[in-house]
Amino acid sequence: MKELSLNILDITENSVKAGATLTEINITETDDDLVLTITDNGCGMTPEILETVTNPFTTTRTTRKVGMGIPLLKMAAELTGGEVVIASKHIGEFPNEHGTVVKATFSKKHIDFTPLGDVVSTITTLIQGHPETDFLYIHRINNDEIVFDTREIKETLEGVPINTYEVIKWIEEYLREQYLQIFS
Amino acid sequence: MKSLAELQAIKERMKDKVILREGVNATRVVVGMATCGIAAGARPVLNTFVEEVNALGLMETVTVSQTGCIGLCQYEPIVEIYESGKEKVTYVKVDAEKAKRIANEHLKGGKVVNEYTIGANQ
Repeated sequence: MKELSLNILDITENSVKAGATLTEINITETDDDLVLTITDNGCGMTPEILETVTNPFTTTRTTRKVGMGIPLLKMAAELTGGEVVIASKHIGEFPNEHGTVVKATFSKKHIDFTPLGDVVSTITTLIQGHPETDFLYIHRINNDEIVFDTREIKETLEGVPINTYEVIKWIEEYLREQYLQIFS
Repeated sequence: MKSLAELQAIKERMKDKVILREGVNATRVVVGMATCGIAAGARPVLNTFVEEVNALGLMETVTVSQTGCIGLCQYEPIVEIYESGKEKVTYVKVDAEKAKRIANEHLKGGKVVNEYTIGANQ
């Protein structure tokens, strides 16, 4: 993956596929580190699946037997001296509080650190493709933060689909403005 | 500055149109967005289709959606176009430029861009 934001798109697709109604994408940065945490309330994974999930030969896809999503994220993190930690509660065992947390840490100063890239495009792509589920996006850099919650947007929209072109465009421009204002 | 008031104005504008749109869409553009597709560049392809469908005024008849792995990862980004009453067309190794041409010639013009189809790339 050329940008970390593409890994984020890819990993979050797993949350949606797991039936999550809410997925939080949290990026917390200091000058030295970037911590990416994707938390969902999907069906979760059994301990057996969880144990093998970083293995490329574990996959949910039915079209072929290799799944590279988590392994690619793990590689990107470990190349910088960081790591990926995954915790999960399967719906079978935890009917009321199931879900998965994928936490990846990166050392930003490492030469092999993959730049974050166009994370706004990742967020709008997720909303465009999955209007029925909600996303909470939080990006903190030192003491500044951007918080974006599709539940609030949907409240304003009163039934107009969130993936209507004009709405997606508004979200994109809104987020880009936030970035310009807060992080420039 | 983007404000919530602006979003509210969009809502007011779209409220009536939404009802009209339901059930009218006859053409589906489906972009493969699994790991293979994303790594190969599907995100800008998807966004180009979303942009072009709107720019060409096709939003009443065309929907753009995402799918998982189609099973032909070496040909990603893959775009499938379903039109009612016609055979599915599969475009392979699509990028933003090709997406623009497919939108103009196929979605708007009704003519398949043969050179980008899987048949021409095997």
